[in-house]
Amino acid sequence: MTALDDIRVKEGVDAETVDAVKALSGTYKHGWNTEIEMEYAPKGLSEDIVRLISAKNEEPEWMTDWRLEAYRRWLTLKEPKWAMVEYPAIDFQDQYYYARPASMAVKPKSLDEVDPKLLETYKKLGIPLKEQAILAGVEPGPEDRKVAVDAVFDSVSVGTTFRKELAKAGVIFCSISEAIREHPELVRKYLGTVVPQSDNYYATLNSAVFSDGSFVYIPKGVRCPMELSTYFRINAENTGQFERTLIIAEEGSHVSYLEGCTAPQRDIAQLHAAVVEIVILDDAEVKYSTVQNWYPGDENGKGGIYNFVTKRADCRGARSKVMWTQVETGSAVTWKYPSCILRGDDSQGEFYSIAIANNMQQADTGTKMIHLGKNTRSRIVSKGISAGRAQNTYRGLVSMHPKAKNSRNYTQCDSLLIGSHCGAHTVPYIEVRNNSSRVEHEATTSKVDDDQLFYCRSRGMDEEEAVALVVNGFCKEVLQALPMEFAMEAQQLVAISLEGSVG
Amino acid sequence: MLKIENLHVKLEEEDKQILKGVDLTVEAGKVHAIMGPNGSGKSTLSYVLSGRGGYEVTEGSATLDGIDLLGMEPEERAAAGLFLAFQYPVEIPGVGNMTFLRTAVNAQRKARGEEELSSTDFLKTIRAKAKDLNIDADMLKRPVNVGFSGGEKKRNEILQMAMLEPRMCILDETDSGLDVDAMRLVSDGVNALRDAGRGFLVITHYQRLLDHIRPDVVHIMADGRIVKSGGPELALEVERNGYADILEGAA
Repeated sequence: MTALDDIRVKEGVDAETVDAVKALSGTYKHGWNTEIEMEYAPKGLSEDIVRLISAKNEEPEWMTDWRLEAYRRWLTLKEPKWAMVEYPAIDFQDQYYYARPASMAVKPKSLDEVDPKLLETYKKLGIPLKEQAILAGVEPGPEDRKVAVDAVFDSVSVGTTFRKELAKAGVIFCSISEAIREHPELVRKYLGTVVPQSDNYYATLNSAVFSDGSFVYIPKGVRCPMELSTYFRINAENTGQFERTLIIAEEGSHVSYLEGCTAPQRDIAQLHAAVVEIVILDDAEVKYSTVQNWYPGDENGKGGIYNFVTKRADCRGARSKVMWTQVETGSAVTWKYPSCILRGDDSQGEFYSIAIANNMQQADTGTKMIHLGKNTRSRIVSKGISAGRAQNTYRGLVSMHPKAKNSRNYTQCDSLLIGSHCGAHTVPYIEVRNNSSRVEHEATTSKVDDDQLFYCRSRGMDEEEAVALVVNGFCKEVLQALPMEFAMEAQQLVAISLEGSVG
Repeated sequence: MLKIENLHVKLEEEDKQILKGVDLTVEAGKVHAIMGPNGSGKSTLSYVLSGRGGYEVTEGSATLDGIDLLGMEPEERAAAGLFLAFQYPVEIPGVGNMTFLRTAVNAQRKARGEEELSSTDFLKTIRAKAKDLNIDADMLKRPVNVGFSGGEKKRNEILQMAMLEPRMCILDETDSGLDVDAMRLVSDGVNALRDAGRGFLVITHYQRLLDHIRPDVVHIMADGRIVKSGGPELALEVERNGYADILEGAA
């Protein structure tokens, strides 16, 4: 991240947020579009398209069959309607399910062969310059902080950095399509075991048509030597992006994974239906952070990304641990509940979330904590911010199963309203099926009040700086849970996505 | 420096006139005190000058160094050198006191076209000033005014004033809720800022604050007007006899 260059102590970060707001002057900053020659599969969805996607990725037969099974299942399913979001019916036949830059038709052998326009795109996204140098084949200096990046452009992964160094530690970090070819035994063993093909409408669709995504494997006892990061970019028009991420953390391993998302500004809504599966074995720990900044549509709700995502971590091993942190500022419609299955005894799940909905955005997001093992613990900290005419819903499930003795959950769910035309809703589901577990739920709803804004302004901040400061304060616990460089980016995003929300 | 002429102000939401023709001039280097019974319009005057919403100026003017204050946004007034120490400082959860101040200081500097203060310079300055006001490092890190005692809140206001170095300071009942020791600390802080280029308008109910911050001029405000002005002895008269005599005399 470019932010790497001028990171300071957290105490001082807010001031920079404010600079960013000024520098970026208010509009969606990733709304540009890269002119790249694209190769599309024909519009629409059929078994042939599924086969074509599989063939394009040079997949083995078992994978093609797996996809087809999912596709046939999908045909029997109905789109879920229970979320508090409204959008026009999606015509699944009016979408492209596969688009890749023409220059990628022959897989580049090294990153030198990658279309410079693609690299340019990622440069604009703020993928660190150093990373681009690496994408271009330059060795980093020893003092540079390392973040390995996998960049996914529309349907195809365009390059992964730091592979050699990761390989030395035994870590596999590559695109999922490559993993299917190179590490079929791992993929076959774990794919679909956390989010089955039949899980839900969008996950099933994803299982049939996912084109790429990231694959991470951390061997036993290994602490991944750097943060791993994937940047997703939807560029092509009328194209759905269906990425699939699979992370496997073997016993005693540790990894921190970052995910960033952007898309160009388009009048027509675009579909995004991703699946993330995480498998965590004994004593392993995975930290998964997302900064989601898909194009949210304009202030009248035109265009934007429909974001229907299934993310789930399975803490299979004893004492395993997962931490989801998400900053959701983009998308016209968000439907997303990163979940933790706490299967191993003494396993732990944490969910920290900031969801911002401005203008006409709708967010229905939260988490599921499924306590199956003994002494499992979970913690939920959700901060929902609504502005403009947006609707923001927290929907969360905490479920204590009969065998989850002595388990604990703590949920804190805060909503902040800006202006008087938006809505905040909290829908907690709590199920406790044993007598020794404890569940706590705290919820607050507040408004950014005029006194706070006046106080800040009387000290010299303008209205937008004041709002950004107050909102960043409201989100502080979650921002602190993010890796440092993401925290910077997130603070800026919080400020940018609330521009024009007052006055 | 601060010049208020024939200022009439009503509430925006209802038809209620609060200020009914205030005339007041505060010269650079001088401390003016405003005293008056509850509901006389003292706090409203401070809010209107600093630009809080909810009020409508129906007549008159207020200028700072000849520049019209009333047409400016609150942040522009701050950058122009106006400061209000709040009677009830506002809590901002999650925002560190230091972050808040740095954002404010740099916002003003930027608005005036000056360089931002570097982290090191800022830290150095704030530490020195905090020490004078008996504000410890912990209080600088805590969220703005959250869980602060009455005395801490008021000391924090004075710290902000010291950091922002305004030309015209308005103190709205800064003595309310202070014990004797805190009052001395706060007054010392204010006195340290007194200089030839800076004006003060001190709003208070009680004469005791004026024992510590010696005013040059004392005004008595009643029913939206300044009804009497005089030297420091006027405050003592109020302390002895209450407002009744003065108000009768003025009527």
